[in-house]
Amino acid sequence: MSEAKSTSVITVASTKKFDIGELFLEGRAFLALVVIIAVFSFLSPNYFTVSNFLIMASHVAIYGLLAIGMLLVVLNGGIDLSVGSVLGLSGIVAGYLMKGIELKSFGVILFEPVWVVALLTCLAGAVLGGVNGVLIAYLRVPAFVATLGVMYVARGVALLITNGLTFNSLGGRPELGNTGFDWLGFNRILNVPIGVIVLALLAVLVGLLLSRTAFGRWLYASGGNMRAAELSGVPVKRVQIAVYALSGVCAAIAGLVLSSQLTSAGPTAGTTYELTAIAAVVVGGAALTGGRGTVRGTMLGAFVIGFLSDGLVIIGVSSYWQTVFTGAVIVLAVLLNSIQYRGARK
Amino acid sequence: MAAKIKSANKANDAADLVVLEARNVSKSFGNIHALKAVNFAVLKGKVTTLFGENGAGKSTLMKILSGIIQPSGGEILLDGAAVTFSSSTNARNRGISIIHQELSLAQNLSVRDNIFMGREIVKFGQVDFAEEERQARALMIELQQDIDPLTKVEDLRLGQQQIVEIARSLSVNSRILIMDEPTSALSATEVELLFRVVEGLKAKGVSIVYISHHLEEALQITDYAVVLRDGAMTAYAPRGDIDLEWIVRNMVGENFDLGSPPNGYEMGKVALAIEDLTVPSKGGSAFNVVDHLSLSVRAGEIVCIYGLMGAGRTEMMECVAGRLKPSGGRVLLEGQDVAGLRIAERITSGLSLVPEDRQRDGLVQTMSVGQNLSLASIRTFVKNLFVSNADEVSLIERSIKQVHIKTSGSRAAIGSLSGGNQQKVVIGKMMATNPKVLLLDEPSRGIDVGAKGEVFKLLAEGAKRGLAVIYSTSEVGECFSVAHRIVVLRRGRISAEFTANTTKEAIMAASGESNAA
Repeated sequence: MSEAKSTSVITVASTKKFDIGELFLEGRAFLALVVIIAVFSFLSPNYFTVSNFLIMASHVAIYGLLAIGMLLVVLNGGIDLSVGSVLGLSGIVAGYLMKGIELKSFGVILFEPVWVVALLTCLAGAVLGGVNGVLIAYLRVPAFVATLGVMYVARGVALLITNGLTFNSLGGRPELGNTGFDWLGFNRILNVPIGVIVLALLAVLVGLLLSRTAFGRWLYASGGNMRAAELSGVPVKRVQIAVYALSGVCAAIAGLVLSSQLTSAGPTAGTTYELTAIAAVVVGGAALTGGRGTVRGTMLGAFVIGFLSDGLVIIGVSSYWQTVFTGAVIVLAVLLNSIQYRGARK
Repeated sequence: MAAKIKSANKANDAADLVVLEARNVSKSFGNIHALKAVNFAVLKGKVTTLFGENGAGKSTLMKILSGIIQPSGGEILLDGAAVTFSSSTNARNRGISIIHQELSLAQNLSVRDNIFMGREIVKFGQVDFAEEERQARALMIELQQDIDPLTKVEDLRLGQQQIVEIARSLSVNSRILIMDEPTSALSATEVELLFRVVEGLKAKGVSIVYISHHLEEALQITDYAVVLRDGAMTAYAPRGDIDLEWIVRNMVGENFDLGSPPNGYEMGKVALAIEDLTVPSKGGSAFNVVDHLSLSVRAGEIVCIYGLMGAGRTEMMECVAGRLKPSGGRVLLEGQDVAGLRIAERITSGLSLVPEDRQRDGLVQTMSVGQNLSLASIRTFVKNLFVSNADEVSLIERSIKQVHIKTSGSRAAIGSLSGGNQQKVVIGKMMATNPKVLLLDEPSRGIDVGAKGEVFKLLAEGAKRGLAVIYSTSEVGECFSVAHRIVVLRRGRISAEFTANTTKEAIMAASGESNAA
């Protein structure tokens, strides 16, 4: 009873007093991005060029794709530690399929067209994510533990499939009709890398999903208060499973883009990428407690982290310092988060 | 009123010393005045009982006296000197302890560890477990309890756990002990045991502030009675001058009008039939929280369910709504068995629940007023995958008007509304699903009288349109608002059924409230 009342007091007070402060908090990821671009442009003449921005954007694409999936999970109040491993395993699955499936009983090797490979890879990601979802929603394993387990299993399976080696030259051969795998990673439309376009498309789609569909509303509601959502008729368990499956699909797409960029698939690709994805989501203003966050914020978060680390490389700062800076930015963002939501959470 | 208290004190034994006093204490939450200039005195070695209905301000006053919240006005005097408690720890250090309804013990630790939690006795950088154990044993002897300090708290019965809480308060030399509904979960023998402990404490000069809904039970140990109503003190008297009837009269008030049952229309067919419904208790113990309960409600009828805490009201409603699984019995919605239907499917077929705890079960705090209102019915305005914005806005605006929500707009944060308006949002959300049967679990909990009246008016309007309504309450006065029929629940069974022209006393007797349980 008094809880409700005290909340209302605080919000009333804060809307009156902190208008300017709130504006700053809302736009802080954008502000940070502007500051980063300005500082590095000043420090290096090579930074503020179209070609550099496009290169940096294609680096961001990988993290950005993971971060979109992570955002969905975080909105639900969960966390997905498995995305880095799922990315790696997806790359391996794609590489394995590209090398051809040997059907021993028929004595033939089957080479699928690239679009089939891509589809099957996404399916693999969805299944892995679905396993997370079922573990969490129906078997009540805490999200942290379930996805930690899947993180290890997926990585292990990737190493088993390749025996620790890397699938190289995934370009395919014209006579087999499976060329074009490198299209995702190398080609450009209007000079924009395909990976970046994929990211933009996915961001728009997920943005629509969140803001315009019933599913989006169910996701925000079940992340904000799962009990209330359930009693309002929201299928909270199915939402939860869907969210993890979508996160798996996002990781698989990221895996495809990465292995296409490299035209090779290594079993250790994407190690610790889950942490970067979480960082992007948090810097983008989402609350790890669930229910708050937007795709726009997450994209800004991904670009802040990507542009910062690439900028540090360009001006020649040691990679040790890069790690320190990235960490500082993440903590700063969470610090601002807790200021922003302090009133609401009390 | 301060003068009144003083004169009352003087009239009594000169040995009655005021140890703690609240003068003109008030507390507001936003625009809700939970306490209005209340005067309250605690006497040395006496039990002062606070009576009042839910939302009368008892808990708020107790929280102020124990330093959990600070008053917005007035002052608190400890031994005659004005004090401010910065926190509950601060109050505890000055000898005031509170024992909450929900015990604050660590179940996984031993009695000894719980008693000394947070202020362990340290010797040479290590916890002196032997000394702690010795002191814990001494406390148990003092309380005449046979509880081994090394037992884990989870292995104790609830009544014994309460004793551990008391022991913990005594171990910090508390002179004033505030007990909030200590008997609500206790069996009769455990209550007796608790009362013996209280008598022992009184003899040692410890002052007790006692809150209970079990009026007659509380009268057994009361020395002074204070009655609160709507945040103001309505009566103060020593035990000798009062009886049960006096308490009820002062608690409920003479002119308590929350409307009358709607009439002038024909009731329809049976909309909801509950047959032999049984819900086992959560802990897996042998008893049933809802015990072979049967009840039917017709379209256009309003049924009030009255019962004490733990009578099974919430469990019955949650089971009907699909949240809990019954172990037996059926629920029929217009003749159709709803077994196997999910919550969402029950809502679609016309069965909605407004839950008891709106913060925990009713509202999504991260969403706006409008998003909360449309949440339960959002499926109905999905067009080509997308939620139709126009449909949603019109539904939200209609809801805001229909249930009279005072808000700056549908985009306002849900937390910016008062408790009463938040409750109307939850009701409006479920009304928007066009239910045939609406269950409301304590819809008037924690909202002020004006808002209560409006909520009940909404129910009456709904009933006129043919809605079947079941609402529960633990405030006896609210049985007499809009209900055509009053059903009293006691230990999971219907103990009595009344029409609207019964008396408060009859209802309370049937609930077990006026009997020493």
